[in-house]
Amino acid sequence: MVNKMAGQTLAQKILSAHAGRELSIGDTAVISVDYVLAHDTTTAWAIEPFHAIAKKVFDPSKIFIFFDHAFPAPSTQFAEMHAKIRRFCTEQKIKIHYDGVCHQLMAEEATYPNTFLLGADSHTPTGGAMGAMCCGFGSTDAAVAMATGKAWVKVPQTIRINLEGKLPLGVYPKDVILGIARDLSSEGANYKVVEFGGSAIADFDVPARLTLCNMCAEIGAKTGIVPADAQTRAYLEKQGRYKPFEELRSDPDAHFEQVLTYDISKFEPTVSTPPDIDRGVPVSEVEGTPITQVFLGSCTNCRIEDLAVAYKIMKGKKVKEGVKFIVTPASRQVYEQGLLNGFLLEFSKMGATIAPPGCGACLGRHMGVLGDDDVCVSTSNRNFTGRMGSPKAKIYLASPAVAAASALEGKIADPRKYLK
Amino acid sequence: MRVWKFGNSINTDLITPGRYNITTDRRELAKVAFIEHRPEFAKEVQKGDFIVAGRNFGCGSSRETAVTALLECGVAAIIAPSFARIFYRNAINNGLLLVTVDEKFIAGVEETHQLALQGSSVKNLTTGASTPAGVSPMLLALQKHGGLLTFLKTHKIDELEQVQQ
Repeated sequence: MVNKMAGQTLAQKILSAHAGRELSIGDTAVISVDYVLAHDTTTAWAIEPFHAIAKKVFDPSKIFIFFDHAFPAPSTQFAEMHAKIRRFCTEQKIKIHYDGVCHQLMAEEATYPNTFLLGADSHTPTGGAMGAMCCGFGSTDAAVAMATGKAWVKVPQTIRINLEGKLPLGVYPKDVILGIARDLSSEGANYKVVEFGGSAIADFDVPARLTLCNMCAEIGAKTGIVPADAQTRAYLEKQGRYKPFEELRSDPDAHFEQVLTYDISKFEPTVSTPPDIDRGVPVSEVEGTPITQVFLGSCTNCRIEDLAVAYKIMKGKKVKEGVKFIVTPASRQVYEQGLLNGFLLEFSKMGATIAPPGCGACLGRHMGVLGDDDVCVSTSNRNFTGRMGSPKAKIYLASPAVAAASALEGKIADPRKYLK
Repeated sequence: MRVWKFGNSINTDLITPGRYNITTDRRELAKVAFIEHRPEFAKEVQKGDFIVAGRNFGCGSSRETAVTALLECGVAAIIAPSFARIFYRNAINNGLLLVTVDEKFIAGVEETHQLALQGSSVKNLTTGASTPAGVSPMLLALQKHGGLLTFLKTHKIDELEQVQQ
């Protein structure tokens, strides 16, 4: 039983502020939402439910519609879907964003500490890196939120994960979260919030935290969250949108459903083997597996920091003959940074295919769809059967470092030998 | 009525794969349910059939089409030890009945068995086994009102806080 007198978790505090009353774990509450996110698939399914209950959206400036999952349109069907959404957005005076993956763009341009983001996409928890509650919902919930500015929620339990120590050479936040996912399983945090803490988290910048929180979706979490701190401020300043925020924290006597502590200095490069994300193994166990494609992209791992990691490993070398190496920057900002600092030119010279910003090959719709015999190393977040195309294809999830080393060798490779 | 049995962690990419998930036509969508994972499903499923599955049913993406497709196929209920969060919400909002039971009961169910939902329990009519059925109070409450959208046509959203009582 949850002690009603116990202190509050960070999630409880944020939800309470949005409900206008103090909430206990397990309560059902109707809360106000600060932003509504939907994209070029989930918006299409929100239009009809929206029209069933409303004529006008509650506030067009708080609604963020993204064309990213299949943009530019890879087929006439998608072009029609885009057209349908465009008509809705024109009628409702909502801006459509075309500049990359929704979660990356929200982090760059909108999400603020202590806010609540309702996103019609499962990887909405990515934004928890900003110290916000960012939860994935379906299209009906998005429609209701567009109409009312509100949503019903159940106040979740929190799992606290403390990260201690320093990352070893060649090991990255992706390896940490793949390791945690393996331990907790793909349902280990179902309905719960994963709150990160510990001394190592202070060293993780917002891009690293975005990777951690992104993958919390894959362990069932309502959101991952990193309490806002100096790193959050630094990121917001860099993005030119810093305003003072309260550094909300869970109370010392808050009720955590579990507290887990990891020494991250003990982590190794980790590869999640098909067909489930919680099948992570040390890279040594799958090293040498022949591959046909490498996808450096997605909301999990294609920020400028990720391009830098891959570039460091691949500098002066060539992509292995016969391997498709697809680089898909997560946003226009990342794309332009990559153009300016030369990474994209260098990747191109190595033999990479540079795709426009967006979700790209991650979900098997375009720009890198896998055939029956394909084996792909991907920096994305899902290796489900059929996720990137043929149900016979195999997808291994890994860090940008493992992806880069594998692109060089044409087989799954340990990046550490390129970093010594 | 028949039983369709599935394993653990059936994800939404298996239910409505991304490559087929490109229509807003419910009937078209029903045709692609489990199109690669279980190709005979969409052709043979009948109104009133049950899906019996392992843990974490519906994990993965937020696509509501996974719920819509199964509803449109006529699935009467999905019976499993646990459901993934967004799928669970989507089912609640759309009135797809999700029933939580213990894993042992699931293990004893075969596709040839006959099941029945009786009050607050699920009975395996073939083996005689019975188990308590957990159903979200929000789902039950919204079902009485004809689903979330119908509720909101006549109520304010804030009234959802009391709807379960």
